[in-house]
Amino acid sequence: MSDALETQTYRVTRADLVRYCGASGDFNVIHWSDRLATQVGLPGVIAHGMYTMALVGRAVTTWAGAPDAVVEYSVRFSRPVPVPDTDEGTEIVVSGVVKEVTDDGLTRISLTATCQGEKVLSLASATIRKR
Amino acid sequence: MPLDPSFVGRTYPPTDPYLVGREKIREFARAIGADDAAYHDPEAARAIGYADVVAPPTFPTVVTMAASRQVVADPALGMDYTRVVHGDQKFAYARPVVAGDALICVNTVEDITQRGGHDFLTIRTDVIDESGERVVTAWSKLVQRGEEKP
Repeated sequence: MSDALETQTYRVTRADLVRYCGASGDFNVIHWSDRLATQVGLPGVIAHGMYTMALVGRAVTTWAGAPDAVVEYSVRFSRPVPVPDTDEGTEIVVSGVVKEVTDDGLTRISLTATCQGEKVLSLASATIRKR
Repeated sequence: MPLDPSFVGRTYPPTDPYLVGREKIREFARAIGADDAAYHDPEAARAIGYADVVAPPTFPTVVTMAASRQVVADPALGMDYTRVVHGDQKFAYARPVVAGDALICVNTVEDITQRGGHDFLTIRTDVIDESGERVVTAWSKLVQRGEEKP
């Protein structure tokens, strides 16, 4: 595992948010109604923070090469991810840097997620155990 | 009204068990585009040592978010959920969630603070299986935004 991990890019559309509403049980209106999202001061429908966290988690398990490698995972949601009602939607770009490899086989990764060039998470990191 | 800091340290009664279904894990994995075979195929999961399909790392939110309503909807605490946004989220795993798990959540109010007119509430949810073994611990920091000045 090198220091800088291979950047992962995930497309996010309205259909993805609807699917995530059903899968997660989080039907907050700000994730599917522009009308209600703008009423509470948002630019429009935004992605679930936990959906962004799930995509970043995919990057982590991809880098780890194992679905069960994650020991600890934390993020701060610092900026919303607006998802326009277009075929293209938007994109989340995830990068990671290895910060520490411990003697007991743990690797700590610092994570960055951006949307339209802006960071959407801060204080994001994961610890993985190599199999 | 600010959240009452005397709630810090309060632990709520354990929730009823949530039975983790194989199809629910598959549905969640599909929704986030996670195609690792161990999320979908019991044989692939058995090959890496699990009894059934394993769940992606953020799957516990399906269980803990529902369980945390115990706290956020507690009338005594008096949160206004229309003003709540998700601030931070953390998971510490003992093992992945596996289809067939019956998961029990124990919510504890870990912190309540006020800053800049906003209230910050941190809920720790200890997720245990039927044998009482810890599976994962989740921390959710929720932000109740300050009320608009009239």
